[in-house]
Amino acid sequence: MKVTVQLLTIFLLGFVMLSCSKDNFTDPKSTLTGQIVYNGEPIGVEFNQVRLQLWQPGFGKLAPIDAPVDQDGSYSALLFNGNYKLVVPSGRGPFRTIQQDASKKDTLYVALSGNQTLDVEVQPYYMIRNASFNGGEGKVAATLKLEKIITGVNAKDVEHVSLFINKTNFVSRATNIGVADLNAADLKDLNAISLTVSVPALVPAQDYVFARVGVKIKDVEDMVFSPVQKIDL
Amino acid sequence: MKKIFYILLIGVLTLNWGCDDDAFLNRPPTNILTDAQIWNSEEQVLSVLGDLYNRYVDIATFKTINDIPGWTTIGDFNEAFWSEAGRYNAFQNSGWDVRSWAAWDYGYIREMNLFIQKCTAAEKLDPGVKARFLAEARFLRASYYFELVKRMGGVPLILEPLTYDFSGDPSYLQHPRAKESEIYDFVISEAEAIKADLPANVGEKSRATKAAALAMEARAALYAASIAKYGVNTPSVALPGGEVGIPASMAQGYYTKALAAAKAIIDGSVGAYGLYTKKPDLSENFASIFYDKANNPEVIFVEDYKLQSGKVHYFTGWNQPRYGAEEEEGGRINPSLNFVEAFEKLDNTFAPIPTVNAAGTPLYYDNQVDIFAGRDARLAGTVMLPGTTFKGRAVDIWAGFQLGNGTIVSGDDRGAQKTLPGKTVPEQVVGFDGPIDGFEFTAQTGFYLRKYLDPVVGSGQRGVNSEVWLVRYRFAEVLLNAAEAAFHLGQLPVAAEYMNMVRARAGLVTPLKAADINFDRIVHERRVELAFEGHYLYDMKRWRIAHQIMDGNAISQAELSKDLGKATKRNTQPYGLWSYKIYNPGSPTNGKWIYKVTRLSRVTGADRFQLGNYYSYISDDVVNNNPKIVRNPNH
Repeated sequence: MKVTVQLLTIFLLGFVMLSCSKDNFTDPKSTLTGQIVYNGEPIGVEFNQVRLQLWQPGFGKLAPIDAPVDQDGSYSALLFNGNYKLVVPSGRGPFRTIQQDASKKDTLYVALSGNQTLDVEVQPYYMIRNASFNGGEGKVAATLKLEKIITGVNAKDVEHVSLFINKTNFVSRATNIGVADLNAADLKDLNAISLTVSVPALVPAQDYVFARVGVKIKDVEDMVFSPVQKIDL
Repeated sequence: MKKIFYILLIGVLTLNWGCDDDAFLNRPPTNILTDAQIWNSEEQVLSVLGDLYNRYVDIATFKTINDIPGWTTIGDFNEAFWSEAGRYNAFQNSGWDVRSWAAWDYGYIREMNLFIQKCTAAEKLDPGVKARFLAEARFLRASYYFELVKRMGGVPLILEPLTYDFSGDPSYLQHPRAKESEIYDFVISEAEAIKADLPANVGEKSRATKAAALAMEARAALYAASIAKYGVNTPSVALPGGEVGIPASMAQGYYTKALAAAKAIIDGSVGAYGLYTKKPDLSENFASIFYDKANNPEVIFVEDYKLQSGKVHYFTGWNQPRYGAEEEEGGRINPSLNFVEAFEKLDNTFAPIPTVNAAGTPLYYDNQVDIFAGRDARLAGTVMLPGTTFKGRAVDIWAGFQLGNGTIVSGDDRGAQKTLPGKTVPEQVVGFDGPIDGFEFTAQTGFYLRKYLDPVVGSGQRGVNSEVWLVRYRFAEVLLNAAEAAFHLGQLPVAAEYMNMVRARAGLVTPLKAADINFDRIVHERRVELAFEGHYLYDMKRWRIAHQIMDGNAISQAELSKDLGKATKRNTQPYGLWSYKIYNPGSPTNGKWIYKVTRLSRVTGADRFQLGNYYSYISDDVVNNNPKIVRNPNH
């Protein structure tokens, strides 16, 4: 009998505690989404490398909320409503941010109430145009044009152009099964670049790969990429 | 009866009250020493100083800090593979977080500042002893600022203990970051200022000496000089305020200072330091630098350990050959083939380890170790090669039998047994030290580490441990620092002379000519001489070649052995070299050895050193507390 009472007490206590564990904060509900764009065209980057930072002043100590940029240049963050400052950490991304005016510099002010879409307009060093791929006979070939966007004092040279392939949708420097590099010295004409990479043996076998081309710009960490494309072999 | 009891009780309690006077309560504490007790006694001051010495920060250490065991800090950056089941992910990711290697311990700096302040004020200490204590504390403080500037760039230079006045406004405690060059200048000027008060004593290894101060000065000046010179390679790794980056115009001045400080040690003016050359076997001689503690002329400043004193370390236990080990573990650091191939042949040329001839057919060796013959003696002094011995026991590293038709017979357990074709009795088909792919503590790359391993019995036992010291400054590094500085000052014959001293000790007796000295040579010499001593990361960083060496691309087998002496040779993944015994009765090759370059299955990632890794991330907490702090570039 005594044991039953004790067990019952513990059970009730557990039940009460369980009820207490309900959070007294509501969770953030507003989503801020968008893309990194140049004249409305999204800029492809490496997965999990480039990120945006959201700072919300007014709550004591500051720490950024990171919003990683996806392969297709999109980002999203789940936030509370409020006023945020959106910045790109200095030196990240294969692009330059656009200075708006002297006081704001390149910061975007976001007044968030409800879901919102905000594209971040930047100036890339280069844009990959007309990237086309075709595969077959254990090889993937790509052709592309490269348009130099930033000219003048801030212009930077191409270090190399690379064609990456991978078994999955995530194609980058860190995750690939094959790379073909074309160094700047061998880059004769920016309007006609072609690369070929041979596909290694795939385990387990699959009859397709994913491919994309990337451009490494001298003295810039992140590469600019074309969209990922599935190639049937 | 009960009443009497209570009355007595009250009486006793009242009397107790009477004992409670000032003299009873005002006792000196038995577990705290007061300032007066410490600063009037040399022994007490020394023990405070000992605590400060103990907190010296090294990038490569024997200590386990924040659950990161010391061996990982020594065997990092693809110079070795880590043969421990929980740590393969280091070779499956694509690099390092920007927070890696961050340091910001102003608590330590405050205690050193307090020590300097209180020791200066102490009146009863002997003036000579007091001057030495002060110089040592300043040496430690400069060492820590040197460590900070290597990791973080310019940091706030705080030379007084700061105290908060509780006024609600802490802004007077907030100091901006100094320029990177200012911190290096501080380290150099402190070394100059304190060297007169430090003893010139070759036998003193664990406390600061004149030579230690000069060695620190030479290294700091060299680091500053190379950042000034090679900063141009990474223009985005700089801040407009100079907190990161040093103007190129300052390179010459720093190189001059580095050479002068190094020369002061080399010419013997601060003690009879020299290269360690006591043993006739050059490889054994090289390994002995790190464990021979009796009259070692090479070592300048160390973190010392002593058996049965409580200050011991388990580095040998972590890395001892697994077969016959004193504990059921070991073999964690497996030097990579990339690193092994970096060692030159005795004619000063680079060549891959010869596994096949020009036509691609395998080369057969009578003894396992023959394939490494005719190489820099430092190879066998740094790496435990298959076919060599440790603590009198031969390491048992071989991957299996190769039959006449090319089939491999191997096992998946240490020393596994199988029956070879044509035989009836099972026999051992793989070494007790592996290599077995993905089997922890075996020599998965085909090599174990030898440097810093203690040959004393019991060193690999948990209850005993090792007293091998951690070398922070040694004479060979001073020579290489001098050579590098001389090279950049255009004094090529001087550079060649110093380089040749280090190389001759390693058996490379054909001297390099002045014209042979170039940047690649300097980089290579430091890589092989100072491997696993905590120099590799800082060297790659200051030359601004880390992002080229670790560029995130996988290494193909074809390129592994190309451009071996090149400074920027890719080193993103560790490779292995496995040996097989030939079993082909009747054939002349029966019983001989062949080697195969092996790509380990656990190595799937390729490291990329980001520009943001050159200087570590300053935590948001620091920036929040002090808005004057500028963030590092590329974060």
